[in-house]
Amino acid sequence: MTPGPLTAPRSAPLPALRAPLANRTNALHAGAWWLWALGLAAAASRTTNPLLLALLVAVAGYVVSARRTDAPWARSYAVFLLLGLAVLAMRLLFAVVLGSPVGGTRVLFTLPEVPLPDWAQGVRIGGRVTAEGLAFAFRDGMRLAALLVCVGAANALASPARLLKSLPGALYEAGVAVVVAMTFAPNLVADVRRVRAARRLRGRPDRGVRSVLQVALPVLEGALERSVALAAAMDARGYGRTARVSPAVRRTTTACTLGGLLGVCVGAYGLLSADGEAFALPALGLGLAAALVGLRLGGRRAARSRYRPDRWGVRAWLVAGSGAAVAVGMLAAAAADPAALTPPAVPLTAPSVPVGAVTACLLGLLPAFVAPLPAGRSAP
Amino acid sequence: MIRFENVGVTYTEATAPAVSGLDLTVPEGELVLLVGPSGVGKSTLLNAVCGLVPHFTGGTLTGRVTVDGRDTRTHRPRELADVVGTVGQDPLAHFVTDTVEDELAYGMESLGLPPATMRRRVEETLDLLGLVELRDRAITTLSGGQQQRVAIGSVLTTHPKVLVLDEPTSALDPGAAEEVLAVLQRLVHDLGTTVLMAEHRLERVVQYADQVLLLPERGAPARLGAPEALLADSPVRPPVVELGRLAGWHPLPLSVRDARRRAGPLRERLAPHTPGAPDMPQDPTAAGPVAEVTAVDVRRGRGTVLHDVGLTVRPGETVALMGRNGSGKSTLLRTLVGLHEPARGRVAVGGHTPHRTRPGRLLRHVGLVPQDPRDLLSAESVAAECRDADRDATAPPGTCRALVAELLPGVDETLHPRDLSEGQRLALALAVVLTAAPPLVLLDEPTRGLDYAAKHRLVTVLRELADRGHAIVLATHDVELAAELAHRVLVLAQGEVVADGPTAEVVVSSPAFSPQTAKILAPRPWLTVGQVRRALEGAP
Repeated sequence: MTPGPLTAPRSAPLPALRAPLANRTNALHAGAWWLWALGLAAAASRTTNPLLLALLVAVAGYVVSARRTDAPWARSYAVFLLLGLAVLAMRLLFAVVLGSPVGGTRVLFTLPEVPLPDWAQGVRIGGRVTAEGLAFAFRDGMRLAALLVCVGAANALASPARLLKSLPGALYEAGVAVVVAMTFAPNLVADVRRVRAARRLRGRPDRGVRSVLQVALPVLEGALERSVALAAAMDARGYGRTARVSPAVRRTTTACTLGGLLGVCVGAYGLLSADGEAFALPALGLGLAAALVGLRLGGRRAARSRYRPDRWGVRAWLVAGSGAAVAVGMLAAAAADPAALTPPAVPLTAPSVPVGAVTACLLGLLPAFVAPLPAGRSAP
Repeated sequence: MIRFENVGVTYTEATAPAVSGLDLTVPEGELVLLVGPSGVGKSTLLNAVCGLVPHFTGGTLTGRVTVDGRDTRTHRPRELADVVGTVGQDPLAHFVTDTVEDELAYGMESLGLPPATMRRRVEETLDLLGLVELRDRAITTLSGGQQQRVAIGSVLTTHPKVLVLDEPTSALDPGAAEEVLAVLQRLVHDLGTTVLMAEHRLERVVQYADQVLLLPERGAPARLGAPEALLADSPVRPPVVELGRLAGWHPLPLSVRDARRRAGPLRERLAPHTPGAPDMPQDPTAAGPVAEVTAVDVRRGRGTVLHDVGLTVRPGETVALMGRNGSGKSTLLRTLVGLHEPARGRVAVGGHTPHRTRPGRLLRHVGLVPQDPRDLLSAESVAAECRDADRDATAPPGTCRALVAELLPGVDETLHPRDLSEGQRLALALAVVLTAAPPLVLLDEPTRGLDYAAKHRLVTVLRELADRGHAIVLATHDVELAAELAHRVLVLAQGEVVADGPTAEVVVSSPAFSPQTAKILAPRPWLTVGQVRRALEGAP
């Protein structure tokens, strides 16, 4: 019997388009998540409109809550949120204590000003605190916080180790060092907990500044011991085995890589300086090409192969594309209506809601519908 | 397969060689068990096979070690990675990646195997070790037994000819240990892998060994031979061999099954005797309980780790907590010292609620020796550790020192706690805890890494403590230890108490938790070789 329309699964007009359950085969490429997050971050960097920034943070948060797994690295999102809030608070504090470059007329309150000698001209401690100055600092801090939250979202959605698998072979060993360093922080937190518990067992206070200082030494000792043990284990499992390559290839690799880097530096300098446009682009292009050849040749020394690297499929294009669309949309909106995206602090104006930019931000929600659904979670 | 030719290892700054005069050959396809007391150089010998000694640890290697024809002097560990698979004592220190499947593939990736081969071997290994359900899980979320299996799997995928394991079952509950050993046996039988393994819990592994490599004491020559012959005069013996010697069986039985078949006459000789039960506290009603746990729930994150747990401990009583890895044993102990706040129910230790009591005051009522005693020790030397302990407990100076002299006679007080052996460190941690003279002493997995001699000393010490009126609660996987010490056994499963009663009743009826002696002499409740010996000696 073929099921009639009444017995069809709920809310599935196009079953083929529904996000599948995630497994190793259809796992989304880690790079796609990072591109999406970088797109959002780029968009955030183009605006100081607090409403748009809040919307971007909400979009990132929604996608994270809809698509993150239960893995330990997925829990880092909350840490980044807190970090963002801390940055915002710090920025406001500086604005209050050190004053703000934007003037302003609406004085909220006046702090006693510390008299400074002549050579410290231009630096001010205390004094008038204006509404304009605070608003400026708030928007600026919020932009920074939004950038952090975007990076946090990528961290929560894509395991750093999976991203490593997509690196060129020549960069693998450097990449491992970075990933191991990144797993260091959670281990350190666990160590601190353990040592503090042990202090409690010895009947010593486990709160206060002194106890924190006394905890530091055993924790660092433990971290060091663990890294030595890890290095031994990695060595015993073949980390760092290299294939034999001829000296000629080795020399060419070095020459290409160094020359390429030099070219990139010169090119970048040219692009940024006022009168370097003539040589900038060719130098940058040549440098990049040489560096790529160097990486390619360097990969020959690495004997490693890759186990089930993530494949870049349609869903990865959609996720990365949605991030790019947010960035491009925001750029376009900024060109069309600069005042709406960077509302002036002087005179103080209420932020408006530019429809184009809002639409662009909402495009970033696409991954919450197209990315594969992690196992054990229900659809949002 | 593995050849030692007159091998000696001396670490830098050491006065005596860690291993010397090793001259032997381990044949292909055998499971060889490395036996000996702590500190005779078992780990050194194992690490010499995979090349970590001397390439990673430093020190001087004299003589020659060859594995499958490769000389470890000229081959670094990474160049031996395709013939030797090594798993150390702590599986967590071994993991490089973060998920099970990636971890299994890591070694093969390093060797540069083609993707199709890697995929096939990962699937095979997942099946072989029963890890299919866990393939996408993050490694840190697995239980101890699962982690140990992943660690073994991660070195198996490269199809090494030699597998080197340092205490693969010490941290595991009896069930998980059997899983791991079953896998090893399959490898030896089906794939012809050579396995060299060190293990203190002989009662678990000796029946699987083809040969035993005995390092009797430091500096003494190593002996390789059949397990029956070598264990007869080895300084370390599992209970089944001990019982066999007591009953004069020849050749010595190694497995419970062998022993049972020969135990008929012994059972008859023992028939008129009743096993002397461990003495219960003099008068349980006279003194109030030192700790009371009533209907306690403990949550961590979203999970409920303990559910509706009740426990009353009276002075002079020894209680053993048993159960799988992750069943909530450690959490219960930690709740008793106030490291976890119960979500429901009441915990009272000496009339105080632990998590609301200042650490300095709680110290006088309860002390915990954690799973890794190193956590508790922070000073630069044994003497300094003692001074700190006296100060923490505001005990008269010298209290801890007197305890150390009693528990660790003849120890050099200038030594760093790190340089002590596992057993000495445990004794030092126990002395530190006892400095405040708490009526309740808790021990978490105290016999991990202890050899039989150290374990025997620990049993004596704990018995004396109980006689002096201390209440002792220990969480342990070691069924032999529980049988020797505990008046009462509490079995936890998924955070709930599933059995609570006198040791003899609880352990004899359970296949997983009953000690070897009980299995051999069932259905009579003889628990330890000591009980049997006392009965036979007392008999006319």
